[in-house]
Amino acid sequence: MSRLYAFVVACLLSLAACAAHAAQSVDADGDPAVEQRLRNLANELRCLVCQNQSLADSHADLAIDLRNEVREQIKAGKSDAQIRVWLTERYGDFVLYRPPLKATTVLLWVGPAILLAAALIALVVTLRRRRLRIEPSELSETERARAEALLGSRSDPSHS
Amino acid sequence: MKRMRFLLPLGIFIVLVGFLAVGLRLNPREVPSPLIDKPAPPFSLVRLDEPTQTLKVEDMRGKVWLLNVWASWCVACMQEHPVLLEFSKNKSVPLYGLNYKDQRDDALAWLAKHGNPYDLSIVDPDGRVGIDYGVYGVPETFLIDKQGVIRYKYIGPITREALNNTILPLIQRLQS
Repeated sequence: MSRLYAFVVACLLSLAACAAHAAQSVDADGDPAVEQRLRNLANELRCLVCQNQSLADSHADLAIDLRNEVREQIKAGKSDAQIRVWLTERYGDFVLYRPPLKATTVLLWVGPAILLAAALIALVVTLRRRRLRIEPSELSETERARAEALLGSRSDPSHS
Repeated sequence: MKRMRFLLPLGIFIVLVGFLAVGLRLNPREVPSPLIDKPAPPFSLVRLDEPTQTLKVEDMRGKVWLLNVWASWCVACMQEHPVLLEFSKNKSVPLYGLNYKDQRDDALAWLAKHGNPYDLSIVDPDGRVGIDYGVYGVPETFLIDKQGVIRYKYIGPITREALNNTILPLIQRLQS
């Protein structure tokens, strides 16, 4: 119970940390090319404090520190890939909104495609089966006469 | 075939419930660290008590030790503080503090007020070393072995259960 309480408090605190306005994600005075690259990169990176925000959106202290760090590395001439590696060495694939394709993430990447394929196959099979079950049967003479009698005896409601 | 039709949605439902039940038990705030079983990132940091002296990771070679990230502004640190004090009394392995993005005076006052469980605290004023260690919240605790390899990371305030059931047995194994 106390663990749950602590967890709830931690969640609220981190929410507060996310909500607290602290800094601009982009330095208006900086080199526009650097800032643009920073923005593109940060949009694809996850903030570890506010996990559903990107590094570009988050106002958490750590996000600000990491943005500054990334900005410096861009200025130092590192490539986006090098910066991503630098971050994943510290925080793991978790920081990437687009996790790399590896043995452990194969299901994540191909899972939806497999599900979609399975659903399509199921749909086709079901439709085929249903078509086989519904036999297009001709009405016999007596059935037709009966149907006409029934339909003809009914007054059309739209004209009455 | 008819029976299958009835059982299939039920089976899918049960599998779904299973996934959700496991998912509920996982703590999404605990991000597995890629640094486990990797050498502890090097640092050379000033001591909190003696700003003229520095400590390097290499200085700790040959010892199993704990590195606990803390700060005077950190509310959750108060929660684990009694556990750390108790741990330091038992003198099993050295407990070092990484004072993270803090003010020196505040940190010293905090230790004076609440008690100092650390053999030594080092200062990371701008959080750079914190980033190297993949710190994303305070407190966090690293267990580092004799070869300077990170063997375990605990995220959040250490509980007595975590200390007794996980950390202490690991320390024992690493020391032998």
